[in-house]
Amino acid sequence: MARQRFDSLRRQVDRWLFRVGRPDPTPLVLRQRRIFVLPTPAGLAFAAALMVMLLTSINYNLSLGYALVFLLGGVAFASIVHAFRNLLHLSLRPGRSEPVFAGERARFSILVSNARPTRRPGLRLNAHGAIAAFELAANDTADIALSCPTERRGWMRLGRVVIETTYPLGLIRAWSVLVPDQRCLVYPAPEPFPPPLPEGTADSAGRRPGHAGDDDFAGLRPHQPSDSPRHVAWKTLARGGPMLTKQFAGLVAGEIHLDWDTLPWALGTDARLSRLVAWVLAAERGAQAYSLALPDGITAVDRGPQHTATCLKRLALFGNGASADV
Amino acid sequence: MSDARAPSVVQQLWLLATTTTTLAPHATHLPAWLTAVCASLLGLRVLLSWRRGKVPHQALILLIAVAAGVGVKIDFGHFFGKDPGVALLAVLLCLKLLEGRSTRDIRAAILLSLFLQLGLFFYDQTLAIAGLALTGALLATITLLSLQDENAPPVAQLRTGAVLLAQGLPFMLILFVLFPRVQGPLWGLPADAYSGMSGLSDSMTPGSISQLGLSDAIAFRVEFHGSPPPPTQRYWRGPVLTSFDGRTWRTGRFTTAAEPAYVPAGPAYDYGLTLEPHNQNWLLALDFPPPGVPQARYTSDYRLVANAPVRTRARFNLRAYPTTAVGVDENRDVLTDAVRLPATFNPRSRALARDLATGTPSHDLILARTIEHLRRSDLTYTLNPPLLGTHAIDEFLFDTRRGFCEHFASAFVFVMRAAGVPARVVTGYQGGEINPIDRTLVVRQSDAHAWAEVWLAGRGWTRIDPTAVAAPRRIESGLAAALPEWEALPFMMRPSFSWLRDLRHHWEALSNTWNIWVLGYNPDRQQDLLKRIGFSRPDWRTLGLLLGLSAGILTLLLFIWAFALRQQRDPLDRAWSSFCRKLARHGAARHPWEGPVDYGKRLAMTFPRHAARLKDIAGRYARLRYGSSTDDRHVRDLVQCIRRLNLK
Repeated sequence: MARQRFDSLRRQVDRWLFRVGRPDPTPLVLRQRRIFVLPTPAGLAFAAALMVMLLTSINYNLSLGYALVFLLGGVAFASIVHAFRNLLHLSLRPGRSEPVFAGERARFSILVSNARPTRRPGLRLNAHGAIAAFELAANDTADIALSCPTERRGWMRLGRVVIETTYPLGLIRAWSVLVPDQRCLVYPAPEPFPPPLPEGTADSAGRRPGHAGDDDFAGLRPHQPSDSPRHVAWKTLARGGPMLTKQFAGLVAGEIHLDWDTLPWALGTDARLSRLVAWVLAAERGAQAYSLALPDGITAVDRGPQHTATCLKRLALFGNGASADV
Repeated sequence: MSDARAPSVVQQLWLLATTTTTLAPHATHLPAWLTAVCASLLGLRVLLSWRRGKVPHQALILLIAVAAGVGVKIDFGHFFGKDPGVALLAVLLCLKLLEGRSTRDIRAAILLSLFLQLGLFFYDQTLAIAGLALTGALLATITLLSLQDENAPPVAQLRTGAVLLAQGLPFMLILFVLFPRVQGPLWGLPADAYSGMSGLSDSMTPGSISQLGLSDAIAFRVEFHGSPPPPTQRYWRGPVLTSFDGRTWRTGRFTTAAEPAYVPAGPAYDYGLTLEPHNQNWLLALDFPPPGVPQARYTSDYRLVANAPVRTRARFNLRAYPTTAVGVDENRDVLTDAVRLPATFNPRSRALARDLATGTPSHDLILARTIEHLRRSDLTYTLNPPLLGTHAIDEFLFDTRRGFCEHFASAFVFVMRAAGVPARVVTGYQGGEINPIDRTLVVRQSDAHAWAEVWLAGRGWTRIDPTAVAAPRRIESGLAAALPEWEALPFMMRPSFSWLRDLRHHWEALSNTWNIWVLGYNPDRQQDLLKRIGFSRPDWRTLGLLLGLSAGILTLLLFIWAFALRQQRDPLDRAWSSFCRKLARHGAARHPWEGPVDYGKRLAMTFPRHAARLKDIAGRYARLRYGSSTDDRHVRDLVQCIRRLNLK
């Protein structure tokens, strides 16, 4: 409850103060209005120390004491501008993020570019509690990976990202809040010990389940980008030939139909999805063709990574009507 | 933030440099054992870093801290005050450095060393110390910087630190000049706040002035408006000592009044006196000041005293009438006090006095005989007089015959009193050296002097300098000329170092400016400065306004600097990004992963009417960027082409 209230408060603060609303357009360039500065705890301690030193100087009429306090104060003040400048005109673009299974860490990559001909040290990206520290060379772009823990299936938005720096003296923190339009697909976690794959139906008669003709080599065909690297004829390629894909006769035969409705009634939605994910993975491993029938439609029999990805995506987004098509 | 991480070697080295710079000058006033403890702790730290050894156990560090605390308590007798405070801080800093486990420890050590830097100003605020403090501030900045940017090479850290410091300096200047100054203290100071200021005291024992004779420190500076009085008249009057207990001379009873008890007469000398703080209220005026000195009163023994002890360098505009007759009708009580002696001590001197006084009631005659006797006694003037016992004056006059001015004055006054002539000891400064660079007369602690005053009927108090009897050159040309050649003089006073003396004259002229304008910058001077700029009645609002205005300008400059170093890419890249921006406005932004040629193809499909031109531009960019040709003309053509591109 308190947590929810905090989140909603933070969203409001973000909207009002940090001008964060809809996801930001890309590439996002940090301009002066988006950069904020406040002292760090170390900075507050420093300020308190300067205060004490100033009082001492006044009390004992130490002229050089005044000078020292003012010099250090001036340096601390200049460090505000340095911190601000360390973020100024950085540009951020979302990079790719590969789908993961729930419980794994989603890896968001953000491309941060420095258009300035000087270094930018001591930068940090922070999202969902994951912190990535990095620095940028002059005129350089770095691909920063943020790995965030995942819990639920579906689209996971990167959401609120904070880029911050305490350079140069650690007394001042400059930061900017941004919401890059970036998301990662989270598949349901596969059931750890699933029952064996359902038997192939129809014309797969006479074949043992889960063992459907893996190695009946049938021939070669030109490689397509969607083909599994495991089936590439590497030897041919190594001899200098074209990139070909090996075809296996057995694959055609053992078709499996993974059907939501055939699962035991006792299973809940997520348990069903987990089992189906486990089976999809098993079928993919076994290089078997399969179809997937969910209450909201059927994916026709096929195989290959592309097919698997489609099925896993359907399972991930099952029931999340709004986000299913995005 | 990675506070728990162990500091790197570079970070430790910067910290070590910072603390050494701060601690080293403290060695001049810390007790020797404490300096040794600090030095060995720092040495241990270096050794540990070198050998990558393990940090001592926390309990051991605590033990050292407690032991040092006890040592400080024993040495100073108390904890509260600046001296023990600075001593404890020094130990604490060394221990923190030894501990040095995390970046947080380093930050704490930096704060401690800044405090300690401030602590140094209690003892010394010279130009050299200011330079050292500036270095310390730079090193502290770099240490903090190295915590944030540990990958940068040390030279780059040094450069960034210097940039930060250079940007902080203008702020320091305007704050120093315009920050509303308050005259301290704000609250009661610990008892030892002003210890360590050297100078005369209100008592004199054998050896107390010869101690000062070894000190080169400046007591005060004088600028004469017009020609200075001859050296024989340069007697700067300090405490007048009337009561004697056989060993120590102390000030007697005196009253203070708003007006002096004499009428100034004779030639006058105008001068400005810049007095170093000595934590006493006597002003060391040249004999004798006229009435009307502000913030000061006149004592019945003809001194000028300030209303409060002089704890900051202060400047007085004074006038002197050296030939004024004082005390012609002196109070009977004062004269009675001036012949009083303790009953038992120094029998031989008393016998001498009786001899000198036989057969004459005339004080003038007794005085003449005494001086004659002293002249014939073959007394030697020396900075290192032998130690004297109970009958100090007897031993000086008849046995050792070696003494400094306090021995001469003390013995002379004793003999005069024993002979019934009212006499007393006057301490102060005599002489001084004129700096040829800025024509100021510099009076040092080594010019401290003691002489005598004798009361003669009809003439009042008359100055007699018994030292002049044995070493007349002391009065004419100072200490260096008066001492025998083999005596240990203050280093700079040795005649063979005349070129060094020239150097010192320059240095001291600079220091004088420094003292007046930097160290002496106080509320009054701040007001003066503002009035000189043209504010008729400056108050704190004027200061605030000026301060805000100039700080605002400086901040603006800083931000201009922050924004300035932006676009410095080559024209080709600039043209290409302007091309991409142009097309992004028409809804065809370049994807980050898209090369120029692919982008060109896609654009050609999106904008079929301009296909040829778009593909041409993208192709030319790719050739210029990645090809071997670097002809500026082609680049200029492309820039033109992109500029003229219109998708409407």
